[in-house]
Amino acid sequence: MEYFDTLIVLLQSTIRVSVPLILAALAGLYSERSGVFDIGLEGKMLGGAFAGGTVAAVTGSAWLGVLAAIALAVGLALVHGFASITQRGNQIVSGVAINFIAAGSTVILGQAWFHQGGRTPPLVGNARFTTIELPFASQVADVPILGSMYANLLSGHYVLTYIAFALVPFTWWVLFRTRFGLRLRAVGENPGAVDTAGISVVWLRYRAVICCGVLTGIAGAYLSLAMTAGFVKGMTAGKGFIALAALIFAKWKPVNVMFACLLFGFLDALSIRMQGNRLPIIGEVPVQFMQALPYVLTVVLLAGFIGRAVPPKAGGVPYVKER
Amino acid sequence: MSDIAIELKGIDKSFGPVHANRDINLEVRKGTIHGIIGENGAGKSTLMSILYGFYQADRGDILVDGKKTGITGPSVAIARGIGMVHQHFMLVENFTVLENIMLGAEEGQILNAGITRARAELKRLEEEYALEVDPDAIIEELPVGLQQRVEILKALYRGADILILDEPTGVLTPAEADHLFRILAQLKEQGKTIILITHKLREIMAITDEVSVMRRGEMVATRKTAETSVEELAELMVGRRVLLGVEKGKANPGEVMLSVRNLTVRDSRGVPMVKDVSLDVRAGEIVGIAGVAGNGQSELLQAIAGIRRAEKGEVALSGSPVEVTGEADPNELRHRGLAHVPEDRHHMGLVLKFEEAENSILGYHDDPHYLKSLFLDIEAIRADASQKAERYDIRPRDVRLKTANFSGGNQQKIVLAREMERDPSVIIIGQPTRGVDVGAIEFIHKRIIEMRDAGKAILLVSVELDEIRALSDRVLVMFDGRVVGERSPETSEGELGLLMAGVTDREAAE
Repeated sequence: MEYFDTLIVLLQSTIRVSVPLILAALAGLYSERSGVFDIGLEGKMLGGAFAGGTVAAVTGSAWLGVLAAIALAVGLALVHGFASITQRGNQIVSGVAINFIAAGSTVILGQAWFHQGGRTPPLVGNARFTTIELPFASQVADVPILGSMYANLLSGHYVLTYIAFALVPFTWWVLFRTRFGLRLRAVGENPGAVDTAGISVVWLRYRAVICCGVLTGIAGAYLSLAMTAGFVKGMTAGKGFIALAALIFAKWKPVNVMFACLLFGFLDALSIRMQGNRLPIIGEVPVQFMQALPYVLTVVLLAGFIGRAVPPKAGGVPYVKER
Repeated sequence: MSDIAIELKGIDKSFGPVHANRDINLEVRKGTIHGIIGENGAGKSTLMSILYGFYQADRGDILVDGKKTGITGPSVAIARGIGMVHQHFMLVENFTVLENIMLGAEEGQILNAGITRARAELKRLEEEYALEVDPDAIIEELPVGLQQRVEILKALYRGADILILDEPTGVLTPAEADHLFRILAQLKEQGKTIILITHKLREIMAITDEVSVMRRGEMVATRKTAETSVEELAELMVGRRVLLGVEKGKANPGEVMLSVRNLTVRDSRGVPMVKDVSLDVRAGEIVGIAGVAGNGQSELLQAIAGIRRAEKGEVALSGSPVEVTGEADPNELRHRGLAHVPEDRHHMGLVLKFEEAENSILGYHDDPHYLKSLFLDIEAIRADASQKAERYDIRPRDVRLKTANFSGGNQQKIVLAREMERDPSVIIIGQPTRGVDVGAIEFIHKRIIEMRDAGKAILLVSVELDEIRALSDRVLVMFDGRVVGERSPETSEGELGLLMAGVTDREAAE
């Protein structure tokens, strides 16, 4: 029973840390499926987290915080769109630039406005999200296994968590069952086919990066308004890149994205759990090793386990009519 | 109702300094097949792209059904009943046929209802025009002939009355091309108007009702096909009289210079592309390899040239063996007298951003003639390049010009001059005249014959069957990685075509 409880706790924290990964990876999915590579997920998430933390702290409303996070992330996404779609610039350079702008400006503005070393003021009350208890969760919590799973795994998450998981089937539906999705997938593979079919390549790709902005904004808001109570500098800590890795690992498919993110989240949760614990035979494992583990495994998984991940064919290439 | 489907008046279009279309006038009659012929770069594709709304003309009017129409984009053209089958198919390769056909004509935000309707409509079109294709097949798994059919269905699905086809036969076997022509004839019978762009005179003569000739961005003439001849059209295209046939004497084959035994080569995905191929090329003869693109010819050439590792087999150059299954060294092969004119001059034969002079020594840059101690002797290189430019009539005569600024024909001459002027004993040539204008083709063909008469052993690969038949002394046909037959160049095109399509040796001969 003890092991079961440990497992439940581990899985619960897996879900907690997976949410921003899922949101960011889905964000990347929209953008990259349309042919716009986005290495700036990290920066948009960080910008969103900062905007969310700031607005929630000032207004006292978590939801206004989410809106601000989305607005800022969409703004950054449009910058990336302008550089890579309209100006046909290098998408990697533009993404890296966004990461740097977000990393630097959030700290400077945070310090200038709040004088707390780049943090935003701690959020209390309605300014942050609290966990939601699903009906009867406390009543069935004592029922072995099923009850415990319901109370601790399904119940007790933030509203953004449920939104994130709902977005997985929603994204699949959009991608494979709607006109927008059909065109989005087409423009990432062969923009010429879209253009000659009389559809605007530019507008389609802009819509894709806007979707990307919205989702990275929510991911950022989750970090500063739900997972922690306020913005801390550099709080994305590479999650945008892990999400990117998960996206490749998942071969740009929504449901795969969810499982990939849960796997990376699990490794992360495990590393936190293992800190300071003694393992049989090996003894105590250095903290640094456990912290490095998810990243090491990311490299191993990406290098060896997925076979050929074929990105959208037109990915990274600005669309220019022939000639 | 007028009987003119399309009228272009004074169309003018420039791309930067390139004047692609000058004051073009054209009338296309309803219910006819109208050919537009011209050399590469004459502006045919540009003109049709303007009609399809892909580019906007700088000046001029487009009249559809007698009404002036501002075609500002493909969506307008589609709405006016104009459909286009592009030279490079505009298909999403990992989509199904159905998805490709629906793209841009989905009818509603949610796909489901549209899919049902598209399926029914596709079935109707298939029956009406006898254009069968599996709607759930993935495009990249279909042969090119069927991919093209999907493009035609795409246009018909959108209700096209006027169908533009841009170089439709370039990727087809002769049999597939014939089938396409039957489809076009049938579409014409159903009242559709068809504009056929091509540079192949034979196609024009075979199927069109009227033909317009373009040369250097201008429309130089329009003729009724029945009232013109191949010779007249060729002259109009080039602007001077051209020799269509190649004149060559009898071959004088000598010793075997290139011998290939049981060569098997896989492509980069590990798929066997060349299967157990054996052949000999003798001094003073041209061996042509005919076949539809993608049947292993490219890999065969690359393996012989030492740029692709063979899985097994042997190659001997002037009687001494060459390493083909291990670490081959193209440079060593070059020094042993093997010259290689690669199929894709843009990716393998030239560095387009280099000056012409630099390209003229690529691969031979370690020749002491081009060196001054450790450094390149730029003066000597340029002088050498000028001489070659003179001998091969490479225009413009500016060896310091970036290679990208030369026309396709002149780029090809740069490669030929570099490879042939080294006095090799064996020359392997891939697609000598792909994307080359008629005037230069004549020159290149003459040059290849001269090389043969000088006693070189020449292995020639081309997807242009006419070229193979005109130049070769012996023709080998490749299909699915194997040499499926050997014929004399006088063999009928039909028989060679059957071999190219995979019909067995004996059946084809009957």
